[in-house]
Amino acid sequence: MDTKKYVIKQISVFSENRPGRLASVAKALGEEKVNILAFSIAEASGFGVIRALVDQPEKAHKKLSSLGYNVAFTDVIAVQMKDKPGGLYEIAKVLGDAGINIEYSYAYSGKKAAVLILRVDQVDEAIEKISESGATLLEHTVFH
Amino acid sequence: MQYWDPRIEATPKEDLQKMQYRLLKSLVCRLYSFSPFYHDRMKKQKVHPDDIRELSDVHKLPFMFKKDLRDSYPNKIFTATPEELVRYHVSSGTTGKPTVVGYTQNDVDNWSTSVARGLSSMGLGRGDVIQVSYGYGLFTGGLGLHYGAERIGATVLPTSVGNTERQIELMQDLDVTAIACTPSYLLHIGEVAEKMGVNIKKDTLLRTGILGAEPWTENMRTRIENWLGIKAYDIYGTSELSGPMFTECAEQNGFHVWSDLALVEVIDPKTEEPLEAGEKGELTITMLQKEALPMIRYRIGDISSISEEVCPCGRTSPRINRIQGRVDDMLIIRGINVFPSQVEYTLMTIPEVGQHFQIVVERTGALDDMLVRVELTKESFSDKITDLMKIRQMVEHRLRNALNVAVNVELVEPGSLPRFEGKSKKVIDKRSL
Repeated sequence: MDTKKYVIKQISVFSENRPGRLASVAKALGEEKVNILAFSIAEASGFGVIRALVDQPEKAHKKLSSLGYNVAFTDVIAVQMKDKPGGLYEIAKVLGDAGINIEYSYAYSGKKAAVLILRVDQVDEAIEKISESGATLLEHTVFH
Repeated sequence: MQYWDPRIEATPKEDLQKMQYRLLKSLVCRLYSFSPFYHDRMKKQKVHPDDIRELSDVHKLPFMFKKDLRDSYPNKIFTATPEELVRYHVSSGTTGKPTVVGYTQNDVDNWSTSVARGLSSMGLGRGDVIQVSYGYGLFTGGLGLHYGAERIGATVLPTSVGNTERQIELMQDLDVTAIACTPSYLLHIGEVAEKMGVNIKKDTLLRTGILGAEPWTENMRTRIENWLGIKAYDIYGTSELSGPMFTECAEQNGFHVWSDLALVEVIDPKTEEPLEAGEKGELTITMLQKEALPMIRYRIGDISSISEEVCPCGRTSPRINRIQGRVDDMLIIRGINVFPSQVEYTLMTIPEVGQHFQIVVERTGALDDMLVRVELTKESFSDKITDLMKIRQMVEHRLRNALNVAVNVELVEPGSLPRFEGKSKKVIDKRSL
């Protein structure tokens, strides 16, 4: 199975945990006409990591790096969930049964269905197992 | 007024100075003959033992700096044989290498005598129970006070630092009358005691505090004395001199520097010229009887002045007035000396963070908290929070090992810390004493 088309490039930005940092990142992306499709913030003591799916990841990376930010690409996958009780369970069970660990995850309610963004320890295996289960994976072209 | 050693403590000044001259002369002759380090130093300065003809000729002798001790790590300038050493103490140096101080039996004895005279001058003696809450170990505070207190026949309760509630219980149960610790730790003990429902003033026999190893002020003294119902005395020293050595007497007006053990000068740190009594400058000390690691005109780096007047207590020795600051950027965190250069040196060995840093020192409650802010390098940025937390913990661990004091680390964005030209202001000290 060609798993590549399902691998999505997420942009991750290291940020200090203080007022104005998110605004600064968002402003830079706005100026570059980069659209943010999904996004989350993970926080630890004193710092955080901003994670986002954007329509032009390379452009976003270049811009934020030029402003001095620590930026990295991370491979994630996106799965369509049923927007009803038990929707998340179906996906999480597939991965759990297969022994694939979810490192982190976030979700958004899309136009057609709810979408779960997953960062897992075994990307290819996760894509295969989710496909086999009948759930719908979103291709990276949906985002960029 | 009780003297521990009236022969020294109450001797007329002129006699003390004659004695000091004899001790200095014999020290210089000994070192010139037997220590390659001092021999070279004196040659370089073009001074010969024959040039030392009176006490003020000490000004002709070369200075010693902390750097000399670091460069001679671990024991290159010791003047005792390994068999003659009975102890080592180790303090962290200004950069990677620590400073090792060796002691002969006479060195330990003189140190204990010095502390014994100080404790006696506060009115302590047999029947007193002295709780030593300075750290025991490589740090000189614990053992220094311990031996001095035993010397005067007091009972020692060697609690060391930490486990504060237990310290307070023992203080009550064993009728402790005096405590030796840092002033900030005593404030902490006071706070913890209040939380436990213990009123130190009423519920304990504590009447004396021997407080040092960090700078404090007259305001703090007043606060401690009124709050805890004790007399609070300052004690002074560094590991290079042996450890805590000189204390205030009951007059609470300057550290008595015993003339048979030490010759104290105050110099202008820029011109290196000696200053008069009462003038403020850098303290410079010559240890007149140290055997294992002699100190001639050692530049301690502390700023103060000396008083030559005979103390109302009757003691004739010169006194060092309260320490007013440092000539360098040394910080004292929970009684431990910390140089920003040590932080820099340690960070240079950690590729995950840059070399720029900022130290923020605060006093939370009574205790010092040190935060080091470091920049995460681009290469080590991971999207996973757990990886970043691991880096932070690793840096904390490495700094703690290097500095011997707990450090909090904050990871910040690259390029976000201020860059300074020339002498950088990398320390933000928010403590108000």
